[in-house]
Amino acid sequence: MATGVPSLPPLRLAQLEGQYTGAIAAKRTKTLVGAALVVGMIGFSAIFGEVDLVKFFSHITAFTSYIGRIFVLDSGPHSGQLTFSDPAEWFWGIARWSRLIGETILIAYLGTLVGGIVAFFAAFLAARNLVRSRLILFVVRRLLEFCRTVPEIAFAMIFVVAFGFGPLPGVLALAIHTAGSLGKLFFEVVENADLRAMEGMTSTGATWVASVRFAIVPQILSNFVSYALLRFEINVREGAIMGLVGAGGIGQDLIEAIRKFYYSDVSAILILIVATVSVLDLATEVVRSRLISREAGH
Amino acid sequence: MTAAHPSIFQAVMADPQSITARHPEIFRTDWATRAKVLGTVVTSIGIAVAAVIFLDIEWSRVLTGFARLGQFVSVMLPPTYGSTENLFLYLHAMLETIAIAFLGTLLAAIFAVPFGFIAARNVVAQKAVHFFTRRGLDAVRSVDKLIWALIWINVVGLGPFAGVLAIMTSDFGLFGKLFSEAIEAADQKAAEGVISTGGSPLHRVRFGLLPGVLPVLISQMLYQMESNTRSATIIGIVGAGGIGAHFQEQIRLNEWQHVAFLTLLMLITVAVIDTVSTKVRFAIIGNERAKAAH
Repeated sequence: MATGVPSLPPLRLAQLEGQYTGAIAAKRTKTLVGAALVVGMIGFSAIFGEVDLVKFFSHITAFTSYIGRIFVLDSGPHSGQLTFSDPAEWFWGIARWSRLIGETILIAYLGTLVGGIVAFFAAFLAARNLVRSRLILFVVRRLLEFCRTVPEIAFAMIFVVAFGFGPLPGVLALAIHTAGSLGKLFFEVVENADLRAMEGMTSTGATWVASVRFAIVPQILSNFVSYALLRFEINVREGAIMGLVGAGGIGQDLIEAIRKFYYSDVSAILILIVATVSVLDLATEVVRSRLISREAGH
Repeated sequence: MTAAHPSIFQAVMADPQSITARHPEIFRTDWATRAKVLGTVVTSIGIAVAAVIFLDIEWSRVLTGFARLGQFVSVMLPPTYGSTENLFLYLHAMLETIAIAFLGTLLAAIFAVPFGFIAARNVVAQKAVHFFTRRGLDAVRSVDKLIWALIWINVVGLGPFAGVLAIMTSDFGLFGKLFSEAIEAADQKAAEGVISTGGSPLHRVRFGLLPGVLPVLISQMLYQMESNTRSATIIGIVGAGGIGAHFQEQIRLNEWQHVAFLTLLMLITVAVIDTVSTKVRFAIIGNERAKAAH
């Protein structure tokens, strides 16, 4: 029986060792160059971002005390105590806030619906496997890209000037952004669809619209709905801040509470928003998983 | 295609009754599915109508609004920045925007790494710790960046630093969640191997989990860079630095050519950041693939 581990001839060993150190050194250099670039970017960002660590650390207690402060009541019999001691006083504006949250949900719903319908039709025109014309593909794709790159709030600011204050500019801003982002997800789904049914339809002489309607739409519809539900939840979050620029929803009251230092209102409204989003998150998740399992069952 | 030789489709469409009579099993009406589809469509439209009524949306306002929007768009062309002084102002604000996005994303990722490990089921087995860390991260994530910016302005004052901190806070919650999911999905064999040779729990994380997880984390971070650049372009509307303040100001001043120029600047910047971060992402993931092949 052999007792020692057999060793390679010295020459071969030296060669392998050389290759190993070479490979490690190359990797080290790469990591170092990457690290240097990141450090350079940090330096640039620190200057342009006006990072002021002295101010940060000398004022950091203002942050923690702010978080603590919003959970202290300012009025009522329990004034000065924690908000949890008097929930009725804490949520004194519940009727108005609930209506505004409802408004936010409806803004998100309309925005998702209108944007989703636009995205639905755009998706078939932007799918490489259905459209041969490079011009149509290019134009539709760039339009979708424009719609999703400009932030919702930026659209909302312009629409508020054009349509006046209220939920309408919020709905339109969300609709445009939704059309862009859902449009991209949708055309990717269409591009992954099975084309055999489409070929079958086309071979019988069916028109393009008829082929798409009967060969493609049944395949992709549940995926579309699943993405739209996901987008709806995102739009409720976005809708909650539309009020910052006067485009309706709960945001208006929230920014007023923050700016005018109505501390306990800030926490109450934030909790309502977070709770609403969580509930919708769970609800849409249930529907989505059912849609996906149905998809898998076929 | 021609009239002389009608296609199958045209032939069928010319006399649909005969083919439905011959294949009744294919053309029978599926009432259950039809009811479901109709029900969904009617409910969706019903909610939409209720929403239009509740939100008090008037069609006359929609029409006049679109007319005014058309006017704005027509006076937006050609986009311009006015004086050279203005151009430098805008470019400086854009660099500020990029700085906010970069630093905010990086800091968020750095702070999120330990929390990602704590919130991962396969690192900390404590159910209570896992639950509270996750819910805490969710709560932080649910508060929008603009709201975080307003809060941070109270601390560090107006300016881009508040924007950096706002993006950092909000994305800290997001990354914590994403990282913990990535860590849970990581291959456990390496970690088991480290433990079997007598490594400590810390060794297990450092040598068993980190090498597999790190590229995924960096990839997610780079992916988020693009979205954060977009967020950073608007964070200025609450006074937290970047191009957003100029955007808002030019809308208020009715300087639509400037608005168009700023929009264009935003689009180009986001596109550039997107391209660069995608390139870096693929470089990093590609390296890992090459290593795995050896």
